[in-house]
Amino acid sequence: MSEPPKNTAKIEIRSLRKSFGSNEVLKNISLDVAKGGVVALIGPSGSGKSTLLRCINLLVVPDGGSVRVGDTSFQFGEGAKLPDVKTLAKFRTTTGMVFQHFNLFPHMTTLQNVMEGPVTVRRMAKADAEKLARAQLAKVGLAEKADQYPATLSGGQKQRVAIARALAMEPDVMLFDEATSALDPELVGEVLAVMQRLASEGMTMVIVTHEIAFAREVADRLIFMRDGVVVEEGPARQVIDNPQEAATRAFLSHFHRTGALPPANAAP
Amino acid sequence: MYQWDFGILWSYRWLFLNGLGVTVGFTVVIVVLGLVFGLFGAFGSLSRFKAVRLLALTFIEAFRCTPILVQLIWFYYALPILAGVEMTPITASALALSLYGGSFYSEIIRGGIISIDKGQSEAGAALGMTPGQSMRRIVLPQAIKRMIPALMNQSIIQFKNTSLVSVLAVPDLVYQSQVAAHDSYRPLETYTAVAVAYAAILIPLTILVRRGEKRLAVSE
Repeated sequence: MSEPPKNTAKIEIRSLRKSFGSNEVLKNISLDVAKGGVVALIGPSGSGKSTLLRCINLLVVPDGGSVRVGDTSFQFGEGAKLPDVKTLAKFRTTTGMVFQHFNLFPHMTTLQNVMEGPVTVRRMAKADAEKLARAQLAKVGLAEKADQYPATLSGGQKQRVAIARALAMEPDVMLFDEATSALDPELVGEVLAVMQRLASEGMTMVIVTHEIAFAREVADRLIFMRDGVVVEEGPARQVIDNPQEAATRAFLSHFHRTGALPPANAAP
Repeated sequence: MYQWDFGILWSYRWLFLNGLGVTVGFTVVIVVLGLVFGLFGAFGSLSRFKAVRLLALTFIEAFRCTPILVQLIWFYYALPILAGVEMTPITASALALSLYGGSFYSEIIRGGIISIDKGQSEAGAALGMTPGQSMRRIVLPQAIKRMIPALMNQSIIQFKNTSLVSVLAVPDLVYQSQVAAHDSYRPLETYTAVAVAYAAILIPLTILVRRGEKRLAVSE
């Protein structure tokens, strides 16, 4: 299952294929993310970008190709044995994920949400996990919300808790699946600010987003997908400011590409 | 005009109390056993393996779609011949009622589990939980809250269903009242008193369940 990394890339995806029924969502996708790199995945809905992201932590199991994160790699397709649930679970401890709809655990307080991974998965002592969780909550500016339930928080606060929950596992890479798409416009900024700081601290990140200005500012590479293939990729600024493909140009014409990021009012 | 005389029942009070004890004890046993069967049925019907799913669904539908009275008689008269094991009326009726209740509990538990948003178990999986861990820590605590009113309702029905065990001569409240009715020649008073006894136990329980449902609606 494990093999030493062949190059410096933290995430390496080769010839990835995935179909849902007769619908081929990913057609031979390859992708490298350098250690500490930030890659933005953009594209119209149905382009396969969310599926690709979910293949990185194997929430979606690919039909073919290979996925490597750090030292762990998996092969899929003819003759390849599907990884068992224990292997999958262990692998996912190294990849944090943030969802469009937050998916916080409603029956737990904010603090318990963030402690849940360390306690249940990493078998950390409650006291240590609490210390870690409080530190993560403070980092996203929500230390004082520790004892509240998710239902009492705003969307932006929920998403920051979700980020803290993922970070509490101390993952090697962070995956963001349209983390700001479900937020009211005035709450987008506080979440982007947290993500931006995480990127500047050297976290390896893959971000599915519709925030083109944010991608331009924070991502070092940008990948434009359509219909399950990578249409164009390159340095984020270069692709956004000067797209080479007609499809990329057409897609980007729907967005303001530059300008200030949304203000991060509530961020620390 | 019939002359009611409830006073005559007083001399049968120990018989009634005995019967009531059997009825309540029986209910406790079949609710607990039924919940165990229900858990197996629910997880079986949600299994990754098709054979297990099929087995669980067959069990659930077989018991949901035949009358409990037929099951009771079948378990007492037919099953011992087929399986070659002797069963007392109490064992046979406890088994039949538990399995019957279990098939309904299964559907309630299964419904509660699948009512929880898929994003919840995905978030658990993304943290590195095994499916078992995410079921225990994330899905079940939320699902159980939703199941409780329906489980309570089904248990109330189970309580009433125990009255059927009198056909196998299990000495429950109904059976003992038959004895009292034959002895006293006062079936009208006897059966009226029995009906009142069931209602006196079930009406407070029903109110309790309704309150629980309201509290649940508020907390969601």
